[in-house]
Amino acid sequence: MSLSRRKFLGWIGAAGMTAAAGRKASAATTHHFEGYPESMAVLHDTTFCIGCRRCEGACNTVNELPAPEVPFTDLNVLEKQRRTTSKAYTVVNQKPGNASGPLFVKNQCNHCLEPACASACFVNAFTKTKEGAVVYDASVCVGCRYCMIACPFEIPTYEYDSAFSPRIMKCTMCHPRVLEGKLPGCVESCPTEALIFGKRDDLLNIARQRITRRPNNYVDHIYGEREMGGTSWLYLSGMPFETIGMRMDLGVTPAPELTAGALGAVPMVVGIWPVLLTGIYAMSKRKEKIAAEEKAQALATALADADAQATAKMDAAMEKAKQEKATAIEKAVKEALEAEAKARAEIEAEAEAAAAAPPQEAPDEDDKDD
Amino acid sequence: MSEDTATMGKPTLSPFNIVAGVILLVGGILTILRFTQGLDAVTNLSDYNPWGIWIGFDLLVGVALAAGGFVTSAAVYLFGMKHYHAAVRPAILTGFLGYALVVLALHYDVGRPWRLPYPFIMQRGTTSLLFEVAACVALYLTVLFIEFSPAALEWLGLKRARSIVLKLTILLTIFGVVLSTLHQSSLGALFLIAPSKLHPLWYTPYLPVYFFVTAVIAGLSMVIFESTLSHRFFSHKMDAAHLAEKDTVPLGFGKAAAFVLAGYFIIKVIGISAGNTWHYLATGYGAWYLVEVLGFVALPAFLYAVGVRDKNITLIRWTAAWTVLGIVVNRFNICLVAFNWHLPASERYFPHWMEIGISVFIVTLGIVIYRFIVTRMPVLYEHPDYDAH
Ligand code: SF4
Ligand code: SF4
Repeated sequence: MSLSRRKFLGWIGAAGMTAAAGRKASAATTHHFEGYPESMAVLHDTTFCIGCRRCEGACNTVNELPAPEVPFTDLNVLEKQRRTTSKAYTVVNQKPGNASGPLFVKNQCNHCLEPACASACFVNAFTKTKEGAVVYDASVCVGCRYCMIACPFEIPTYEYDSAFSPRIMKCTMCHPRVLEGKLPGCVESCPTEALIFGKRDDLLNIARQRITRRPNNYVDHIYGEREMGGTSWLYLSGMPFETIGMRMDLGVTPAPELTAGALGAVPMVVGIWPVLLTGIYAMSKRKEKIAAEEKAQALATALADADAQATAKMDAAMEKAKQEKATAIEKAVKEALEAEAKARAEIEAEAEAAAAAPPQEAPDEDDKDD
Repeated sequence: MSEDTATMGKPTLSPFNIVAGVILLVGGILTILRFTQGLDAVTNLSDYNPWGIWIGFDLLVGVALAAGGFVTSAAVYLFGMKHYHAAVRPAILTGFLGYALVVLALHYDVGRPWRLPYPFIMQRGTTSLLFEVAACVALYLTVLFIEFSPAALEWLGLKRARSIVLKLTILLTIFGVVLSTLHQSSLGALFLIAPSKLHPLWYTPYLPVYFFVTAVIAGLSMVIFESTLSHRFFSHKMDAAHLAEKDTVPLGFGKAAAFVLAGYFIIKVIGISAGNTWHYLATGYGAWYLVEVLGFVALPAFLYAVGVRDKNITLIRWTAAWTVLGIVVNRFNICLVAFNWHLPASERYFPHWMEIGISVFIVTLGIVIYRFIVTRMPVLYEHPDYDAH
């Protein structure tokens, strides 16, 4: 990981992703865990390692691991590059080295000061003890194997062949033995000074002295002093560490910091999303309400219009009706008058006719009466 | 196909039933093998490769593709896009089934599945992003279950219970969006802890953002894709509202997907610039990265846009399928292809056929259950006794 990306990460953690995560983000930028004081460690000086595999044998015995396919005295296996397995917590690999012969390097859990495995485990199955060991509790492990994804040194292994009680398997730094005041199995069995056990601070001093005293024998680097935030297993080498199979590109950022930003974003999301969403909901609700109101208003206007129109129509109709009525009355009156006139005319005509015609009887009678 | 779906319910020897039956049978045998012999018997997982396709496909892809539920319900209930209302229930149902199957698949993957509740009841590993994923998935599965329950309650005729649930709609939708944001992004954040193992082109602090944005894309595309299939196979089960959505859903969701894909493309470029990983583009991994970003992000963004402009529903539908495939490619790249890129070829992972078999089994199970539900419950139609809510 390049320095610029690390910086960028820290920057993201501190500022970019979350402000609410102040606690975590600032923890990510200012906090530096130096390890438990007085905690124990192992110094592996690869320049002293002769590839005898006794540490492997001792590890197998003290941890009661299954018997190996090839006995630990068979040194041919060294040439093949091996890794830790669920049946071997530690392996020694042979590296090409230089003119003076091959190099050997022992590989096992580095017991990080801030372990990636522990930070990744979702049931807290790993504990960094104050003695220095990173220990695993199989009684809670679910078997998700995220710790294996997380470990930058590719150490944890899994019992894939077990159907009912598979466990993560890895070096325990012989924590139970250390608590009893004993040395780790591998250290105890080492015939040279390739492995020494002691307080981490002391071992760092010893390592520095060795480099200073014999600068031609060592590269000027103590592997594990700062890698991934520091480990409880320290290494010295006479060849660049890459050439003995140790990654120099891991950086010094402790694993928990890599995820601090993302974890810090959680309270942010939980805090801000409901507020925003409720706001959006309220807005769309309001939009709907306004739309509904407008609709209602439009409807009302339309109704009013219709009403007015209807009234107008009604009025017109009334007017018309009135007029019609008036006309009808007029007509009726006229008709009545006409009828009367006609009737009168008829009567008159009758009367005239009666007067003009034979004035025989009636006038007589009238006259007679007169 | 459509003929046999008409006689659904009675077991018939239709091609679908035969194929599904064979898959379920084989899956059953593999299941027995897995749980009696252990992971070694059925997988190619190793100490270098602790996660295989059950995580890469079943978990990562499964959760992303099930995002349709929260995307659709948020669009309709929160953003007020009421005209897509008929799309909600099928999307919630697919979401619920998707998550249920993810959880089922996890039982195969983890070493001791009966301990899956341990993170909640024994010890909470709150420093772990996996804890966040687990907590959110568990809660969201519950939310989806409640969100879907009205359909089941209508089917069962439980009116009172249904109306209580309906009152919670908005609350559940907001809760669903929050949980989805968290766990969709956390699935990407899972890989933040391993910068030394994931190829620099894919490793970026933006991983959580990328995962969330692609989940939205996946959700939108899945709704289109799924509505295509439903219209093809279950149209006889649909009411007028659902039939009418045949074109409006692809148009509306396609437009949204075009925008989100374009935005995603831009933040991908920003990611490369921020990490300054341009020089990796000239390598083999770079070529593959370009295939992913140009072929499965830029291209579908463009095709969606064209499809929406021309109202070309067929194009939109094919683009949706292509985009869904792109999500699969992306998740596989991060979990499997670009992960452990530093290892020699001999140590790399390739799935065992039985791992693939289990995955196919789980997907088939999902389709069968979906079919069972939509042919019985009011999912693709409104229940005659109830109003739209
Ligand atoms: S080396 Fe790996 S397994 Fe050992 S403590 Fe560090 S992260 Fe954990
Ligand atoms: S496999 Fe076990 S120890 Fe490792 S992260 Fe999962 S639960 Fe924790």
